[in-house]
Amino acid sequence: MKILVCISQVPDTTTKIAFADNNTHFNTQGVQFIINPYDEWYALVRALELKESGAATAVNLVTVGKADAEPVIRKALALGGDEAIRIDTDSSDPYVVAAQIAAYAKAENYDLVLCGKESIDYNNGVTGAMLAEMLDMNYIGFATKLDIEGGTATVKREIEGGEETDASSLPLVVSCQKGMSEARIPNMRGIMAARTKPLKVVAPADVQPLSNIVSYELPPAKTGVKMVSPDNMDELVSLLHNEAKVI
Amino acid sequence: MSVIVLAEHTQGTFRKKTFEAVQYAATIAQSLGTSVTAVALGNIAESELQGLGQYGAAKVLHIADARLDNFSSRAYTKALVAAAQKEAAKVIVALHDVSGKAVAPRIAANLKAGMVAGAVSHPDLSNGFVVKKAVFSGKAFAYVNISSDVKIITLMPNTFAVTKGEGSAAVEKMEVAFDDKDFGVTVKEVNKVTGAVPLTEAELVVSGGRGMKGPENWHILEDLAKELGAALACSRPVADSHWRPHHEHVGQTGGTIRPNLYIAVGISGAIQHLAGVNGSKTIVVINKDPEAPFFKAADYGVVGDAMEVVPRLTEAVKKFKESHN
Ligand SMILES: Cc1cc2nc3c(=O)[nH]c(=O)nc-3n(C[C@H](O)[C@H](O)[C@H](O)COP(=O)(O)OP(=O)(O)OC[C@H]3O[C@@H](n4cnc5c(N)ncnc54)[C@H](O)[C@@H]3O)c2cc1C
Ligand SMILES: Nc1ncnc2c1ncn2[C@@H]1O[C@H](COP(=O)(O)O)[C@@H](O)[C@H]1O
Repeated sequence: MKILVCISQVPDTTTKIAFADNNTHFNTQGVQFIINPYDEWYALVRALELKESGAATAVNLVTVGKADAEPVIRKALALGGDEAIRIDTDSSDPYVVAAQIAAYAKAENYDLVLCGKESIDYNNGVTGAMLAEMLDMNYIGFATKLDIEGGTATVKREIEGGEETDASSLPLVVSCQKGMSEARIPNMRGIMAARTKPLKVVAPADVQPLSNIVSYELPPAKTGVKMVSPDNMDELVSLLHNEAKVI
Repeated sequence: MSVIVLAEHTQGTFRKKTFEAVQYAATIAQSLGTSVTAVALGNIAESELQGLGQYGAAKVLHIADARLDNFSSRAYTKALVAAAQKEAAKVIVALHDVSGKAVAPRIAANLKAGMVAGAVSHPDLSNGFVVKKAVFSGKAFAYVNISSDVKIITLMPNTFAVTKGEGSAAVEKMEVAFDDKDFGVTVKEVNKVTGAVPLTEAELVVSGGRGMKGPENWHILEDLAKELGAALACSRPVADSHWRPHHEHVGQTGGTIRPNLYIAVGISGAIQHLAGVNGSKTIVVINKDPEAPFFKAADYGVVGDAMEVVPRLTEAVKKFKESHN
């Protein structure tokens, strides 16, 4: 069983967000990039566990991005994984990202494609399901647990107000979130090994974006907090009713 | 030409978020000079379907196939694509929730339609088709233009107020030829937290952090939540320490919520926590440390010990409710 893990590079969670060129571009100056936490902690680590337990034979990584995405994909290789593929293009249009991965993956016959539940930069949460449609595969989103036995996947996933356990034949696309596995830290051996692991760069397929970001905006600053005495909760309730109008 | 909206229901009953999606679609239809067709799947009564007219749907296409009672991203996609083609849809609306996020992207891929995931505005048609959405986990917004012929939007629930009007939608049955492959994912077990308000739909949320000291103190938050009719949430270390179930964890790596009121008790306000809650309309912070960073993101703040302040707040809410009945 071959697994493909989709890895996206995102700004570190503590990044202060700023824009350039009249709010048309994200200002990457001084920004530290990391592997999208859902991809790293859940999708990748679960894939590695499946390989270690003998359920999977290969774990490959794919990222859609320019050369600046390589340090992040190397870090993913240091955690484990056999080889990485970088599709050499950049886009914020989710259709393009999914179509690029699909164009590469179509010929490779992956049994399982894992991605994160959403990327923490554009917060779309759509790549996995798009990919499933393009590859004509089943899809299970927001998975918190994944096991494979005898060609069948058993997946626990979040639903509104609870959890559901599903079964699906392979091939299958799963988007992963908390619960899947415990985060790992790359060790020295992994980091050394990653240096010699193959990182293939492939040319992008010809796909036109169907959307584009016109501009960005920062949320209006809070006007300042109104402090209420801990001895006067009646006042807080009255403010919430009369001023904020939320109760 | 029309606007299509996926009308999700829970065992035959529509909830508020579906009315919100229908009304949102109706507003778009109006600005495009066309009408809204809602699409409902599985077992649901005709009277319930007609009721969508009160929120602006002119017509409801009902695909009653019993197999649709269980969610399937493939079957739902096939149904929506068939409905969109029948109605010559230019815009397709779904909710940015667990089901919508599994179906809308598949429809987008199928129809080669551009999409905006998690919209928080109506489209601006003055210069293209521009929709606002939150990016960088709520630290900013982006204005996204969709350039394809057919456009898909998932609406962030609890973005717009819902107003009930008059009217009854015309219900039309529709058949779609499904095959086994469309139901390739089977449901083995469902565990629902019964009775409780689902966190993502809750208008009021009471949330606790490490400052609560331990699960044995949570009853004071439960009492407050019960008095308010609020859902419960928590910070990540609280879920990691198994004080509370994982589905209550909010923030960058947990759920994203946008309630009308978020009451944060004993939570410091780390940037990763704020990422999941800063879309809340009003934020109340209760913390014993006046320097806690959360106060900078709050509308109302109380400096004090949670163990004393929360029961007092619960009492005050109770008193308020009695005097307003
Ligand atoms: C990549 C990444 C992702 C993360 N994702 C998330 C996420 O999704 N969600 C999340 O919440 N965190 C997340 N975190 C963790 C985050 O950085 C913080 O560590 C966490 O939010 C702190 O939780 P807390 O506020 O409950 O605890 P603390 O930071 O320990 O704060 C406890 C607060 O309680 C107050 N307090 C103590 N006693 C009392 C009392 N008796 N009465 C009133 N107040 C009291 C203290 O003054 C303090 O402010 C993430 C971190 C990383 C690195
Ligand atoms: N540029 C990319 N390259 C590879 N995988 C990606 C890329 N963008 C998103 N993904 C994958 O798709 C998931 C959902 O991302 P998104 O739909 O962008 O929120 C991520 O967690 C990744 O697993």
